[in-house]
Parts: sequence; C-alpha cells; structure tokens
Amino acid sequence: MGKRFLMKGNEALAEAAIHAGCKYFFGYPITPQNEIPEYMSKKLPEIGGVYLQAESELAAINMIFGAAGTGKRVMTSSSSPGISLMSEGISYIAGAELPCVLMNVMRGGPGLGGILPSQSDYFQATRGGGHGDYRLLVLAPSTVQEAVDLTMLAFDLAEKYRNPVMVLADGFMGQMMEAVEFRETGTEGLPDPAEWAVGYMKQRGSRALIKSLYLDPEELEAHNWKLQAKYAKMAEQEKRFESYMAEDAEILIAAYGTVARIARTAINELRGEGVKVGLFRPITLFPFPYDPLENLPASVKQILTVEMSCGQMVEDVRLAVGKDRPVSMYGRVGGMTPSVDEIKDQVRKALGR
Amino acid sequence: MKETKIFEKPKSMIDVTTHYCPGCTHGVAHRLVAEVIDELGIQERTVAVAPVGCSVFLYNYIDVDSYEAAHGRAPAVASACKRLLPDSVVFSYQGDGDLASIGMAEIVHAANRGEKITVIFINNAIYGMTGGQMAPTTLVGQKATTCPLGRDPKLAGYPIRMCEMLATLQAPAYITRVSVAKPKYTIKAKEALKTAFQTQIEGKGFSFVEILSTCPTNWGMRPVDATNWLEEHMMPEFPLGVFKTPE
Repeated sequence: MGKRFLMKGNEALAEAAIHAGCKYFFGYPITPQNEIPEYMSKKLPEIGGVYLQAESELAAINMIFGAAGTGKRVMTSSSSPGISLMSEGISYIAGAELPCVLMNVMRGGPGLGGILPSQSDYFQATRGGGHGDYRLLVLAPSTVQEAVDLTMLAFDLAEKYRNPVMVLADGFMGQMMEAVEFRETGTEGLPDPAEWAVGYMKQRGSRALIKSLYLDPEELEAHNWKLQAKYAKMAEQEKRFESYMAEDAEILIAAYGTVARIARTAINELRGEGVKVGLFRPITLFPFPYDPLENLPASVKQILTVEMSCGQMVEDVRLAVGKDRPVSMYGRVGGMTPSVDEIKDQVRKALGR
Repeated sequence: MKETKIFEKPKSMIDVTTHYCPGCTHGVAHRLVAEVIDELGIQERTVAVAPVGCSVFLYNYIDVDSYEAAHGRAPAVASACKRLLPDSVVFSYQGDGDLASIGMAEIVHAANRGEKITVIFINNAIYGMTGGQMAPTTLVGQKATTCPLGRDPKLAGYPIRMCEMLATLQAPAYITRVSVAKPKYTIKAKEALKTAFQTQIEGKGFSFVEILSTCPTNWGMRPVDATNWLEEHMMPEFPLGVFKTPE
C-alpha cells in the first residue's frame, strides 16, 4: 500500500487531478466546492501550471474551451447553479470534441436552492444540460478514495474519447475527510494531441480548427452521427457498477454516490436481522449500466431506489427493470439526507414486514 | 525590363471568395490582419478566435490555428489559450454585438487582467449576421430593425464607446480606434494592427484595435454612401485616435 493522506474530499479531488497530470484550472467561486480552486491556486503555480479565477462560470467554461483546444489536461469545478451557467459552454465543448474534466459538487436546487448536499443534477449530468444531442461521460464516486481514483480515470477517458467527462460528487464528499492514496499514472496508448490541437501548426504542417458550426444540414447530420457512434462506443466499453450482497437478495437497493454508502450500512444491519437485501451501485451514470438490472438473479423480487432527489436515477432503473418487477423510490431533498434507519424502514415497508 | 511583383494576396490568406456582402469592410480588415501576420512571420504560431457574428467564418479566409467561440466569449477562450501557449500570438476578431453586448464581461475582464492577447473589434453600429438589429454601438436616431424609428436614448441608452471605457483600466497596454472606410484610414489601420501584434509579441500586455466599419446591406445604403455616412456620423461619435500607448 502506498502512502496515505488524510484529506478533505475537495482537496483530494484537486490533488487527484494534479496527480493525473492536470496543470491548468479555470473556475469561479461557489459553495460547497471552494476548496478545489483554493487548492489549485496554491499548487498549480508551484508546478508551472496556470490557475485563473474567471469573472463568471460562463467565462470559466469558455476558458476551459480555449485551454482544452491546446490538448493539455484541463479542468474546472463548480456546484449545481454554476454548472447550469456552464451548460452552454459544455455543449460547445462536446460539439467541438474537446477533452476536459468537469466536477460538479452537487447542492440542492432548483434556483439558488441551498448549499447542502444533493443529487438533484442527475438529469442535467446524464441528459445534457446544454442544447443539442450530446453526452458527457459521468462518473459517480461513493467515497473520497473512489473520487480520487475516478478523477484520475476521468482525464484518461476524456482524452480517449475527446469528450468532456464529469465527476458527479456531492457536498458530503467535498466536505468530509478520509484517508486516501494516489496511484501512479501514465498516458500510454492515448491519442496524441498534436494530431488535432492548436499550437502544432509547424509540426503538423496544417492548422487546427476547433469548431462546432456546420451550416450545411448534411454535414451537421454526419457530425451528429459521428458523435453518436462515439457515445455508443462509450456505452459498450465504459459501463461500471458495483453489486453488494446481490446474489441471494430478495430486494435490491439501487443507489449511487453518498447515498449508496448510507445504503450499505443499512444493508449490513438488515442482513444482521436476516433480511435478504443487496445493493446495486452504478459508478458510471452515463453510460448507465442497464444490463445487470435487465438480468437480475431470480431471487430479486423488487427494487428500491434511494436518492437525494425527488426521483431522477429511478427513471433509468425503471427503463432497465421494465415491468417484470416493481420499482419503488425513496428520496430526501434540499440538503436532507436519507438516514440508515429511514432506508431500513423503507426496505421493511417494501417487504411488508 | 524585368517584372517585379509588388502586390499579391497575403500568404496567410486562403484563396477563396468571401461570403461578405458587397461593400462590407470585413474583407479589408481580414486582409490587413493577414498582411501583418505575414510581415511579422508568425503564421505558424498565430491562433485566431472567431466568435458568433458575420466574422465567425474568419477561419475560412485566414490560414492559422483557429477556434470558433460562443457568442461574446472569445476573450475568455483567447485568454486561456495564450496562458497555456505563451509563445503563440492569439487574437480575437469580434463584432459590436458580440463584444459590447453579450460579451461585455469577458472583454472588460480580459483587458483588466492585462491578458497578452490582441482583440480586433469591428464596430459597424449594427448586428450584421442576424439582419440589422440595434447594437450597443448604434447611433442615436439611427434606424435598425429593432428600433425602426431610430435609437431613442430614453429607451435604449447611448452608444457605448469601448476604447474610452477600456482606457480607464490600468492593465491594457495599447488601445486605439481606426477605420477602413477609405484608403487614407486603411493605411493607419494596418499600422495599428501591426503595433497591436507587436505589443503582444513583446509581452507588453493587452492590445485592442477598434475598427470603424461599414455594413451597407443593413444600413440600407450603397457602399460608397456607407463610407461617407461612416465619416459623417460615426466618426464624431467614435473619434479615431490612440487611447493607450504601449510603454
């Protein structure tokens, strides 16, 4: 085991990005993710990188557009209302096929909402947010260590697909402290930015063009089909999930991120009482791992989805499960969190006990 | 007698017909930019940022690394590109709707940070690409499709003078207003563009060149009338001159 550090989640996310080779950060202050830009503003100048505080989230995401166009590893972080402001720019980045990492440390909405943890941006993250037919790769960590690992993976995936990758965390993960370690990383096998990025005109012998405008409808359609083929490849190759005590479960809890962690404690306690309950935890939200839910063990009679939202991921769960088994939903919102006891009660209620 | 070529298309200009309307001065401004790029020998390290507006297709005419930016955001895109590639020469080329309306925050803050970029600001007092709507630079009384009776300052305020406003900031190195409406102005415009690029190359800071331009189509004038109208009406409102000189 490597050296372990006790770190606040937001700082661990920032350090993970630096470990992954990211030297460039552009962002705008918003709670509860401010430790990420604060950490970057101190560390990046020390390693010859760039930290730049933008005048707005609009400017920040367009700085990411400009920075990502050079082919270097770049990232921004924000929280829900800030991601809404960035959504136009994210659409441009997806349209121009630029690699970058976006972090959303989710807080409660809608509108200004609140500053406490939430999972109510699932739709925004997985269904777009901005305009047009595009997809982000969305990674949903459940612990600070996993947030570190997935952040490092996010940079590789962004380059592999030349696509923005979002790390979808929540305020809990940003603010809690845990021991983490950082793996070593490399960029072998990833595409060479000299093939497409700006700054290589002399080397390449031709200029780069970073664009998303295609006025000819046939060209724009072809561009869309090219993007869709990429998303289909992601769906084929990048689905990640975790099952816990699912083999003999009568009821399966579907949850991601911090809620999955709370559910795990509830499952351990219920198992102690002899209740056959398991966990299905998507790690990638796009692509959503539909297959395991489409092919559940015969023992599983029903699914309970638990979220810090009014019911967003449950739509994907229902899509996968179909009508064969009932799918119920329990959510707390606005910064309120489902407790271990509440989840246990919901399981008992669902089983009629 | 030996023939000597004294005039040709700039090397960094792509040999195609532009999409601009007859009498539009974008073509002249593009050519000046390309001439300056050639004369400074910087084609392979120049990066252009063209945002939404008639000039979004700048990259179809100037053969350099290029970004197409969202409406108004070119200074943010250019700032980041230049910070990551300090040896490159980065310029944005923006219209008045783009720069002085939707992109006001980005231009002011890029200037205020003293970004080592060059901003070329085409001011023709109207929205061109969308078909002649009122711009922040539209003159009082000037008609546009969204102020059919002429701009009324009681309802829409007064034309924004970008050079004067940006010159109040401490960081910018070079701010100037020129025109390409007639040859006597065009010669000075080229000098200004060259100074702006040199300011950037020498690492002196932010440079800004406003170019008073014509839009005969949306002004509803013949090209020659448009150049005269620019002189008679725009120049008193937007005086030519240097507002900040590089040290």
